[in-house]
Amino acid sequence: MADPLLQITGLNAHYNDFQALYGVDMHLDEGEVLAIIGSNGAGKTTLMRSISGLIANGATQLQYQGQPIGSLRADQVAGLGIALVPEGRQLFPSLSVEENLLIGGRLGRKGPWSLQTVFDLFPVLEERRTVPSTSLSGGQQQMVAIGRALMANPVLILFDEISLGLAPVVIKSIYNALPNIVGEGMSAMIVEQDISKALSISKRVYCLQEGRVSLEGASQGISRESISHAYFGIK
Amino acid sequence: MRVTRTSQAAKVAALLGALLLIVLIVAPWWAGRADLRLMGEIFLYLALASLWNLMAGYAGLVSVGQQAYVGFGGYMLFALTIFAGFSPVVAIVGAGVLGALISVPVALLIFRLRGAYFAIGTWVIAEVFRLSFAQISALGGGSGSSLPVKIVRSMADGRAAREALSYWLALGVTVCVIAVIYLFLRSRQGLALTAIRDNELAASSLGIDIWRTKFVVYVVTSALTAMVGALIYLQKLRISPDAAFSVNDWTAFVIFIVVIGGIGTIEGPIIGTLIFFALRETLADLGTVYLMVLGVVAILVMLRAPKGVWGLIRARFGLELFPLSFHVKRTLNKKGT
Amino acid sequence: MDWVNAIVQGTLLGGLYALFAAGLSLIFGVMRLVNIAHGDLIIFSAYLGLTVVMATGLHPLLALIIVVPAMAAIGYALQRGILNHTLGDDLLPPLLVTFGLSVILQNGLLEVYTADPQKMDAGVLETASFPIGDLQLGVLPVLTFGVAIAVIAGLQWVFYRTAMGRAFRAVSDNQDIAQLMGLNRRHIFALAMAMALAVTAVAGILLGIRTSFDPSVGGGRLIFGFEAVIIGGLGNLWGTLAGGVILGVAQTIGAKIDPGWQILAGHIAFLIILAIRPQGLFPRISG
Repeated sequence: MADPLLQITGLNAHYNDFQALYGVDMHLDEGEVLAIIGSNGAGKTTLMRSISGLIANGATQLQYQGQPIGSLRADQVAGLGIALVPEGRQLFPSLSVEENLLIGGRLGRKGPWSLQTVFDLFPVLEERRTVPSTSLSGGQQQMVAIGRALMANPVLILFDEISLGLAPVVIKSIYNALPNIVGEGMSAMIVEQDISKALSISKRVYCLQEGRVSLEGASQGISRESISHAYFGIK
Repeated sequence: MRVTRTSQAAKVAALLGALLLIVLIVAPWWAGRADLRLMGEIFLYLALASLWNLMAGYAGLVSVGQQAYVGFGGYMLFALTIFAGFSPVVAIVGAGVLGALISVPVALLIFRLRGAYFAIGTWVIAEVFRLSFAQISALGGGSGSSLPVKIVRSMADGRAAREALSYWLALGVTVCVIAVIYLFLRSRQGLALTAIRDNELAASSLGIDIWRTKFVVYVVTSALTAMVGALIYLQKLRISPDAAFSVNDWTAFVIFIVVIGGIGTIEGPIIGTLIFFALRETLADLGTVYLMVLGVVAILVMLRAPKGVWGLIRARFGLELFPLSFHVKRTLNKKGT
Repeated sequence: MDWVNAIVQGTLLGGLYALFAAGLSLIFGVMRLVNIAHGDLIIFSAYLGLTVVMATGLHPLLALIIVVPAMAAIGYALQRGILNHTLGDDLLPPLLVTFGLSVILQNGLLEVYTADPQKMDAGVLETASFPIGDLQLGVLPVLTFGVAIAVIAGLQWVFYRTAMGRAFRAVSDNQDIAQLMGLNRRHIFALAMAMALAVTAVAGILLGIRTSFDPSVGGGRLIFGFEAVIIGGLGNLWGTLAGGVILGVAQTIGAKIDPGWQILAGHIAFLIILAIRPQGLFPRISG
């Protein structure tokens, strides 16, 4: 069995003044799609920010391709091939749609994704390529955010709550596009509040509850009951 | 348990402060002429520094243009004594009132700017004052004028009495300034100010009128600065636009005092003034190098110890000499539990 | 005709003021930093040019070849070494540190060069002029105005048509997320400062050819640049050019009324704009 792509050991991450994660252990194998579920405040976004380097942690608490990355800066982590689709999209308002995509690809990593293939995936973006990115609808902005991360041709892509604030029909169309992304052999971690969506697309799932892992298992076989217990912390 | 503001250190400091004040009041009898002048200068710089600190450290209004009011106060002293015939002491108060009046339209203009742009705006205002006063030939135009001898003589009989009076005025104004600042910060307005300093958004959501609070602080500070300016030029006896509105003398030194002493505390300017004068008496011969050293020290303090010398002392020992923050104290009930 | 001449001269003067302001505007746009030492850095560039000219005998305009890269390098080091550490939510540290820098620069220049006014000699360029209609236009002012336009056009091109410009705008929008794109913000900020000081170098050399200067005049240049930025509106470089022109025209008209009124007239024009249109004429971002 090959070593995991991402190995998290005893992660104690802090968010501003308080501790958000307590001794979290997780792993993600190459080519795997992992789902992270949990209620608000469970620590999911802190986990994403820790992996992508926006929050600094102990060096060996996070290992990627066998190397300790816990204390690296976010720009260094990006150079290693980890891309984040941030919570709330967080596009650059001063940049157009196309410029947001271009800046996502500025590291020039080789791979299947380019401006044209992103436009093929989300044709509506090509129509509105010169428009300021934040004047798009929520769903379209989410497409830009995903496209921006794809442009980096990452080895591991992190999705932080991409369905937040979007209408159900929009969420559906975005999730329909996801297999195109993760089907190419890219590893992915998906943070979601929508449990059924998260389970439908992933191979394994972790549940976080108040900063700790409360459940781990294969997405297909897991029972609703054990999920509710893990989600809400009921023994 | 009860909530209280005083502490052991504050009580001791109050006692020592009262003793120190008595010693300072009788200084004309134990200090020499030069020492008396130096102490007067120290008091006036302390007053200027405390006022700048109130604006910048508490209200978040960083001004590099307070020299506008120092100069304005000085010129008003000359104008009120020479043209309106007021006695110098009355003219000093008058300078304060006029300073308050003129600060209102100034505030209305420059409050449209924020942050560092506000700071430069205050500098522009000071330049406008300087250039304008340089145009007034009745007050000496660009080369300035001297205070007529008879006005100086009218203050008191004999040089010793005049110098004592100048000294007491300086001491009195400084004690008043610090008292006003301390009482203001203890009041509800002051609490509002501290809230604004700590988190403006939260403060305004609590219903605190930020604009009005800052406006009041600006007007009061400017008025008192003008009074100090009047007193400074009563002692100097000669005024000119370049000196009266000098950025170096009235802003650079003041900023360095407050930054090195500890911005945002009442004790900070006191410590800063003492350090500044200690440095000046030892390094003064070096002129420009002295200023460069001050600049380097101020930068280092800002980068490494942003709360200044007093901030370091406070963090290390938990001291507060001017009781402002609230503590919770355990009290024993009758049974001693 | 005299008034038309005054307006034309004021407009050309505005080009120099726009050059003072461009660097200030750039830095504020990218990192919300206002550099109180900006004016003193302009004067420092002028002294650097003077030293190069005295050492090599080059024409002052050729001295640009040395001074511009030198100031860019100084800008990079200054930002990375000191100013990056002041950035954050608190507005006091950058303000007070750059103020300290201003005092250090002024007094350092005083120590090295004394308070004697200096001026660079550009030879025939300084007095050459050519007629347009009834007016005589000086070659140097026209050249300065042309340089201002070229510099602003160049900065606009960098900001809106290059990858580096995209990086500047992204970092200015959202520092955290910009890092996710692999952007090292400490490096990006330092690059922005390097560019700003390169522009400052140009402004300093042109100033040093045009008038005499001494270590104490930096504050005045900062104020002119600041007034041009505020009149023109934040975040708009072409607006800054307009602001510079308005300031220059106000000053020359004031000087025509009474020579002692030149600078005061400029301040008054600034205060009027502040009173009736505080956001400036063509604002793009808020303070």
